[in-house]
Amino acid sequence: MRIFDPHIHMTSRTTDDYAAMAAAGVKAVVEPAFWLGQPRTGPGSFADYFDSLVGWEPYRAAQFGIAHHATIALNPKEANDPRCRAVLDLVPRYLAKDGVVAVGEIGYDSMTPEEDEAFTRQLAMAVEFGLPALVHTPHRDKARGTARSLDVVRESGIAPERVVIDHLNEVTVKQVKDAGCWAGFSIYPDTKMSPPRMVEILKDYGPERVLVNSAADWGKSDPLLTVRTAEAMREAGFTDDDVDLVLWRNPVAFYGQSGRLNLEDRQSAEGTFEGSSILRGGS
Amino acid sequence: MTGINDNEAVDDLWDALDGTPGRPWLDDAVASVRKEPASIARHFPAAGRHTGRETLPAEPGWTADQAARAVLLDALLATPGGPDQVAELYRYGDSREKLAMLTAFSILPEAPDEQVVPILRDALRTNDTRLVAAALGPVADRLDDDAWRQGVLKCVFMGVPLAGIHGLHDRGDDGLALMLAGLAEERAAAGRDFPEDAAALLTDLRRDDRAGTGQERDAAPRPGDAG
Ligand SMILES: [Zn+2]
Repeated sequence: MRIFDPHIHMTSRTTDDYAAMAAAGVKAVVEPAFWLGQPRTGPGSFADYFDSLVGWEPYRAAQFGIAHHATIALNPKEANDPRCRAVLDLVPRYLAKDGVVAVGEIGYDSMTPEEDEAFTRQLAMAVEFGLPALVHTPHRDKARGTARSLDVVRESGIAPERVVIDHLNEVTVKQVKDAGCWAGFSIYPDTKMSPPRMVEILKDYGPERVLVNSAADWGKSDPLLTVRTAEAMREAGFTDDDVDLVLWRNPVAFYGQSGRLNLEDRQSAEGTFEGSSILRGGS
Repeated sequence: MTGINDNEAVDDLWDALDGTPGRPWLDDAVASVRKEPASIARHFPAAGRHTGRETLPAEPGWTADQAARAVLLDALLATPGGPDQVAELYRYGDSREKLAMLTAFSILPEAPDEQVVPILRDALRTNDTRLVAAALGPVADRLDDDAWRQGVLKCVFMGVPLAGIHGLHDRGDDGLALMLAGLAEERAAAGRDFPEDAAALLTDLRRDDRAGTGQERDAAPRPGDAG
């Protein structure tokens, strides 16, 4: 079994997590830029964080044979702090990097005018740089937040198949599928979405254009819930091919639209694990 | 096409890139940097996506993207105000861009020390073995002896092979021998291995018996002084 976690915040995880993920079959991750728990107060703090996402963290991941890519953006929560607004001028510099495969996480937290502006401007950057976009949906007022996100995506002119709307649930999945966007699901230990519920959604909507992630970060979360979801899919009668589609080929197809996903050379690019391809083995 | 700084090493890289798929892109990117130096912020990170990352058959020490980045850096240095932009280019580089710059400095003497030396020190502070090793290539001639010795010791500590360090046996001195001996002693006390290449270097430095030269150089303490 090969697993691609399309949304995980490895910056907040330990080397034990990397080791456990590698042992369980996780061979590739995408780490979206997001908030860190402690609010930041200026662009310099973001620049160092973005540097880490295209520098230190891929190097760390490579020590465990895991290919690491990133998405870059000013997240919606911190877009509300005027001291962080200048981050929007910094983002294009990082969107030019090899390891950056999408703009994200963008979207809404509290649906303020400041969030509107950051969302719209960064969707325009996705179009300009030919990158897909990763859209976070708010944890509160989710259904209306999702509908409004889809409106903004539509108005931006970006192709819907280049957008993933993330953190969906039973209530919000249908409108996203109908809009032609990718549907992202974050599997958490107790809240939001669990492996059994995810399996039911896959039964109802099929395994196409779906991304399943752990969204593991500094909060209560589990980087192996992608693996647990794959196991739950098998128990529910999905084929190995369905599992491979959802947990490997779908994220490869989505982020591959950037033209920058580099799973073959990634480890040798990071100077370790030479001669071993992470694409080998598995299913 | 020739380099604009009359730099033979850069000319060789141009020639080695001749006929590669990314060459037309590189010609355009260099023209763009000459016209608008700040545009290097877009071209420099994109190099690998256009040229690929294979080793160049005509220049086996260089990959295509590293060579292209050296050529772009050469073009930047020839523009008015270009040399002052080197530090910022490095600051916003991803690991591979930083690696390319550290390598390119070895053939770009026109890159000013005020820009290059802080970059080398920055690279030596990282935990990325590739950057540490690259900062100790030929460009390390620009480092003072203290920084250079600490860099070599860090390589031993991190398990970076010493063979890639430029001028190791010529520049190695009593001060370095003393530091290596200290690390060897700690490793022995912990029951851990001391890398073979470092042990060989230590033996070599002691055998050289550099009495006199060490003091003339910078009055570094000698192994015998540790006592
Ligand atoms: Zn997230």
